[in-house]
Amino acid sequence: MSEETLAQLAMDFSVLSLIAVGGAITVLPEMHRSVVEVHGWMSGAQFADLFALAQAAPGPNILVVSLIGWKVAGLAGAAVATAAVCAPSCVLTFVVSRIWQRFRGARWRRAVEDGLVPVTVGLMLAGGYLITLSADHSWRAFATTAVTAAFVLTTRVHPLWLFGAAGLSGLAGWV
Amino acid sequence: MPFARRMLVEERHWLSAEEFTDVLSLCQLLPGPNIVNVAVCVGARYHGVRGAAAAFAGLMAAPFFIMLALGALYTEYGHLPAVSAVFRGISAAAAGLVVAMGLKMAASRRLRSAMALFAVMTFIGIALMRLPLVVFLLGAAPLSVAATLWRAK
Repeated sequence: MSEETLAQLAMDFSVLSLIAVGGAITVLPEMHRSVVEVHGWMSGAQFADLFALAQAAPGPNILVVSLIGWKVAGLAGAAVATAAVCAPSCVLTFVVSRIWQRFRGARWRRAVEDGLVPVTVGLMLAGGYLITLSADHSWRAFATTAVTAAFVLTTRVHPLWLFGAAGLSGLAGWV
Repeated sequence: MPFARRMLVEERHWLSAEEFTDVLSLCQLLPGPNIVNVAVCVGARYHGVRGAAAAFAGLMAAPFFIMLALGALYTEYGHLPAVSAVFRGISAAAAGLVVAMGLKMAASRRLRSAMALFAVMTFIGIALMRLPLVVFLLGAAPLSVAATLWRAK
């Protein structure tokens, strides 16, 4: 893959890094827009597969960018994408953690913390909506998504069991 | 996160329970995965830049290589009918997990007010109108924070 692709990965993901409040899920819509819609690096279904892998594997979900980088530009792509998505937010955290203590109890600090909540919630719902549309291509797939969501909302069963069950039903040809 | 809390607060005593809550509230606010931010904060507190880098590497190295191995397997075998059938199931379930997390957050107490309007606006702008996130956030985030300040008066 060309250096141009690597540069594009680095640029897109370092911007994502600085807006990923709450982690990978909130930038899922934007990641989808960039990877599938703008650059056409993969299909929506492949994107959904990679995201599912990242969720099932240990470690932060944001590592889905390693998978995207790998798919787009091999090992170099994985390294560049991962560094790009981690470095800016880590540097910001490092700097802010050193000054934040001073503002303990400040009114604007509470307002910033509370004010971002509804936006984050909207982003998570948007992510769920878009990834569902990408992953599901039959009514049975939509049913699987709905049943999984219901299990997560009403029970304390570990998501890996749900992934396992869904994978088996896929293998059985039910999805 | 519960595992991280147990390790940091109860086993190693690197943070008190109160300090942990404080660090976590900051880390939820900043961009990036919360767990990564917590690692950077704790590392920075004890050993500055080197501590932060060590904590980050310790947290991410193993998952990164596991992810690469999985990615390689997916590239190699992803097109096989049986594998893609399994993935159809897992992807659908993974989507369900995201939907559930969004609904859980939406049902939380902190959202039961006029502020829910901002969540609806965000959903419409991002999911339905497909606006670029940066542009949208530059408008919506300051408005939402300003509205919170105004309501708190």
